[in-house]
Amino acid sequence: MKVYLDNNATTMVDPQVKVAMDPFFTEKYGNPNSLHAFAGETHPPIKAAMEKIYAGIQANRKDSVVITSCATESNNWVLKSIYFEYILTGRKNHIIVSEVEHPSIMATARFIESMGCKVTYLPINSEGLIEAQSVRDSITSKTALVSVMWANNETGAIFPVQEIGEICAEHKVLFHTDAVQAVGKIPISVQEFNVDYLTFSAHKFHGPKGVGALYMKQGKELMPLFHGGSQMGGHRSGTLNVPGIIGMGKAMENAVDALDFEMPDIREMRDNFEDELLKIEDTFVVTPRNKRTSNTILISFRGIEGESMLWDLNREGIAASTGSACASEDLEANSVMEAIGADEDLAHTAIRFSLSRYTTQEELDHTLAVVKKAVARLREISSSYSYAPEGHNSELTIGH
Amino acid sequence: MGLDSLVGGTIWDEYSNKVADLMNNPRNMGEITTEEAEAMGGKLIVADFGAESCGDAVRLYWVVNPNTDVIMDSKFKSFGCGTAIASSDTMAELCKFKTVQEAVKITNIDVEKAMRDTPDVPSVPPQKMHCSVMAYDVIKKAAAQYMNVDMESFEEEIIVCECARVSLTTLREVIRLNDLTTVEQIADYTKAGAFCKSCIRPGGHEEKDIYLVDLLEEYEKEKMAKTADSLAQGGPVDFEQMTVVQKLKVVDKVIDDNIRQMLIMDGGDMEILDIKENGENIDIYIRYLGACNGCASADTGTLFAIENILKEKLSPNIRVLPI
Repeated sequence: MKVYLDNNATTMVDPQVKVAMDPFFTEKYGNPNSLHAFAGETHPPIKAAMEKIYAGIQANRKDSVVITSCATESNNWVLKSIYFEYILTGRKNHIIVSEVEHPSIMATARFIESMGCKVTYLPINSEGLIEAQSVRDSITSKTALVSVMWANNETGAIFPVQEIGEICAEHKVLFHTDAVQAVGKIPISVQEFNVDYLTFSAHKFHGPKGVGALYMKQGKELMPLFHGGSQMGGHRSGTLNVPGIIGMGKAMENAVDALDFEMPDIREMRDNFEDELLKIEDTFVVTPRNKRTSNTILISFRGIEGESMLWDLNREGIAASTGSACASEDLEANSVMEAIGADEDLAHTAIRFSLSRYTTQEELDHTLAVVKKAVARLREISSSYSYAPEGHNSELTIGH
Repeated sequence: MGLDSLVGGTIWDEYSNKVADLMNNPRNMGEITTEEAEAMGGKLIVADFGAESCGDAVRLYWVVNPNTDVIMDSKFKSFGCGTAIASSDTMAELCKFKTVQEAVKITNIDVEKAMRDTPDVPSVPPQKMHCSVMAYDVIKKAAAQYMNVDMESFEEEIIVCECARVSLTTLREVIRLNDLTTVEQIADYTKAGAFCKSCIRPGGHEEKDIYLVDLLEEYEKEKMAKTADSLAQGGPVDFEQMTVVQKLKVVDKVIDDNIRQMLIMDGGDMEILDIKENGENIDIYIRYLGACNGCASADTGTLFAIENILKEKLSPNIRVLPI
């Protein structure tokens, strides 16, 4: 049995989305910018898709929701344009980000830091949450931008975006939020939350890969990152990804509908699954359930290194994820686990299960059985659970 | 680089079949109790290395025959990734039936090679070499305990890159012999820094006493000091290799020693404004002062004299440009 529980990494494309995109590959393949009927027939469906995307985040018609190639592009766009417009010109000298942002914010922040911009990295607390007060404390008269994610990819922790938005508005500082893990999981309203810029990506809510978006509030439009043929109102040049836009529109429509219907079911399944996992001895979850997205569990199994756990899960067809250093290309440990800093013995033991509306109870039952088997096998191997003769001066850190 | 580097496989794709097999069924996984060791007529040694907080830890059990120093049995327990488990298992296997003195000579490279399917293909991806180092360190720990000596006494030299086991002496020598200036060059020549990258500069996966960037800086300073000493003693210098500041100094010294006196006698002087590399040429911009300024020979005889002396003393590629 194959079970996909890595939906925070990417999701299956909704079959209805695939059907909606299909005609735009071999039938309606015109370039929307051309002057002929092949172009013209793409305009009404693109407009309809854009309406759905606007509705999904409750954007005003006067605001701009620009379709990009991915969330990484959107995030780069915000930070680099802020650098060009505010930092390089000397009007401001500072930005604020959280220390657990996605690499597309972190690496870009470090890049503009190397070019002379001051960057504050906000810490998370022991529950994995950002405290809005820390934003207020870090703002100076020279702060150009605050960028804090809406929900964290590892823990699912939902950050106090509304409060941060209000603080930024009060101090007249621009506010960007990377909402990649929030769109399609919790209701989003850019108007209600004082958001100036918002990033999201279709493939996280059952849309196609290669389609991201950046919302920009009216009057706060950024200079373009891509110069060229002035598509997307001149905000982002490049031939429109017509099937991608259609796909994102349909995926957004279905995801927003699902918030009312499927999401409570996902939460219930997640909670039950988590209860069962926590019955296994020496397991730990950091962020409280009511403070995270309904599909995510980040759980530590003491004494079991994350990559080993994934290995055993994968042998049984189960896909999950770990932030363990050993499973990454660069041996860097999970930033969230390091940042929480509660128990460093657990930094390399966290496994993330992320569900979707396609996850079934049967799949979770199977996963639970496999997890139990893996925990037994790997703790049998683990030095954390091993014999030592009396008087042995152990140098392994054993937390119990 | 190129095509192969654009779309990376996962780290698991680079595990050998042996590594995968040992991960699934470690052969020497387990514990040995004091009673079991005594029953075998041997002494139990239990050694730990690493920590869960660092991502990997291993506990090694040996039963050693106290009369012959032969390791009669060897088992392990390990907290770690697939590579850590497989290499701990291989390490335990390699220790069996060797004397403690022989076992100390086993390195992480021996362990990695023992896990290969074919001799030329590494058993783990480069960044995972690091996970096999632990297996090597724990042997030294166990042997030190058995022989009642300090673990450091087994290390004949200081190792800078533990993954590739490259020593400080080797690195210093190779850097100087080949005039290396970048960490990439060091990796090409010695493989140091090509694996887990901790030894390149501070801030990597593991903290080190000395980093490759320190060795490069040390060599760079040494070269500078050599040039400065040579200059002070009027000895031969490699003008082209100097920094701009060094070039300015040496040009000024040549002018002081050979030209300035003549200019001052005529009621003039000159100053160096800048030195720029212009393709093959090294352009020295100067300005005449006092009587030299506007003198008829300033653009002819005097200029040729200045240029010729600098060319002769420093580099044939020098051009002197008065402005």
